[in-house]
Amino acid sequence: MSTTLSDVQDGETPPINLGPSSSRLGEKAIVGWLLLCASLSVLITVGIVAALLGDTIRFFQRVPLSEFFRVGQWAPWQGDFPVFNLVMGTLNITMYALIIAIPGGLGAAIWLSEYASNRTRKIVKPVIEVLEGVPTVAYGLFALLFIAPMLKSVWPTWLPGKLGQEPELQFAGAAALVMGVMLIPTIASISEDAMRAVPSGLRQAAYGLGSTKMQVALKVVVPAALSGIVAAFVLGISRGIGETMLVLMAAGATPNASLWPNDSVLTMTAFIARTAGGDISHGSTEYYTIFAVGSVLFVMTLGMNMIADFFVRRFRETYE
Amino acid sequence: MSDAHAPLVEASATRTVPDAPLNPVIEAVDLNIYYGSFHAVYDVNLAYGKNEITAMIGPSGCGKSTVLRCLNRMNDLVASARVEGTVTYHGINIYDPKVDPIEVRRHIGMVFQKPNPFPKSIYDNVAYGPKVTGMKLESSLDEHVEWCLRKAALWDEVKDKLKESAFSLSGGQQQRLCIARAIATKPDVILMDEPCSALDPIATAAVEDLMVELRNDYTIIIVTHNMQQAARVSDRTAFFTARPDETTGNRTGLLVEFDKTTTIFSNPSDQRTEDYISGRFG
Repeated sequence: MSTTLSDVQDGETPPINLGPSSSRLGEKAIVGWLLLCASLSVLITVGIVAALLGDTIRFFQRVPLSEFFRVGQWAPWQGDFPVFNLVMGTLNITMYALIIAIPGGLGAAIWLSEYASNRTRKIVKPVIEVLEGVPTVAYGLFALLFIAPMLKSVWPTWLPGKLGQEPELQFAGAAALVMGVMLIPTIASISEDAMRAVPSGLRQAAYGLGSTKMQVALKVVVPAALSGIVAAFVLGISRGIGETMLVLMAAGATPNASLWPNDSVLTMTAFIARTAGGDISHGSTEYYTIFAVGSVLFVMTLGMNMIADFFVRRFRETYE
Repeated sequence: MSDAHAPLVEASATRTVPDAPLNPVIEAVDLNIYYGSFHAVYDVNLAYGKNEITAMIGPSGCGKSTVLRCLNRMNDLVASARVEGTVTYHGINIYDPKVDPIEVRRHIGMVFQKPNPFPKSIYDNVAYGPKVTGMKLESSLDEHVEWCLRKAALWDEVKDKLKESAFSLSGGQQQRLCIARAIATKPDVILMDEPCSALDPIATAAVEDLMVELRNDYTIIIVTHNMQQAARVSDRTAFFTARPDETTGNRTGLLVEFDKTTTIFSNPSDQRTEDYISGRFG
């Protein structure tokens, strides 16, 4: 037994139409456009990977994997292709940069989130965010013309062994120092966002138990914000590995397999930029080297993200 | 709350309470509290008796939570807050410049309105206080955690999952965990700021039973919106109300009446108290 709408209505109420008042085509068009925007970034990523992969395969058809991954001197112009020295160059600079950027960025974030007054934070946070936007070529110039000569003149040559040697005009340490400073705003800003998102109830609970300000920050807020903080580190590391202009200008161009800060190194990114901008013929083995090195860079960054993701899942303290 | 037909003065009726608090643990004398230029609480004089449960009741905005937070200097965390008058703890003025608020909070613990366990394991929540305060325990930390959880009537429910996140517990269990966490630093006073307002009636009953149980060892001060709860668990009740300022319209909280709970609920001396407890306003 069914009751229709008209049965229920008495004569006095007008008929009710609950169908759509228009076809809402504009809304559908906008949703379609938004979907297109979202898929575009995915498509472009897939496209880049495909382009990289194709030419990387062509490289490995000419140079065997065992040659590429052996330990030895990088000299593609004379047929030596071990990528080892370039990876070491990247690791060298990134490592020293992170030694500066992680404590610096985290310290700045803790101070901003837990210690600074609201008024101070409102001034300092935007300044930090502006620093994030400074073009890396400006940092490169700063490293090359100011930091490198200064470090060179005050280099502790009384130190024994390799570390006591005065560096050349361009060297890893100068680039790493400036890169470290460059990464501080990125790490500080994202970590601070994560720490500010920790509910104030947790801080109150900790204070109520007789915690000092430092204990609240380090034992409650930082663990609760850990996933955001690790994400900030990962972004910093990825930016460090991928940074090109600064290392191109300040780190030198000698592909040394060295972790010393006073050596000149060639990073993967700097090699790609130099070679791509230089005079190489399309289709030569050297040309395909760019793509092979690019793939290594891609895999390293991807691996970094996956490791970070694992750590976040493992140690995250969710407060939802 | 769980049983609307229960007589209002039930727990208190079975207990003889002296007319005035005999050994006040905390005393507030001429307490005035300001937020910036806003006068939040006016001239409160209150004594909280040892091993008693004192309830502070009153309509919203009457300053009862503000007073509570003054008793262990949690108001220090609000930059604009200012306190005049004295609050003594065992005779020591806790607002004396020589007093460290962190040390005060280690003696006067707090349980909050919304259960706020740390995003850590059940075990680590309870162990947090002893760890950060560097307490010297007579027993091992494991035994101490068990003791606290037993005190908070939570041990049997969590003993098999101490390493699980505190967020796996229900709201009522979380609140009892917060109580276990608060007693882990061995305070002698526990402040409770509407501890049951986010809980259902069954969880509320469990927390109320716990309060009555804990009274033997601790001095408890509770802020509540729930008059029946005050009547059920407390020995003494302080009734606050808010008085609007004639010029600014800001509402300043003040203490109307403070007496034994049985007296407040059966024979209040102030008309405003009677109006409030009989549900005529508030």
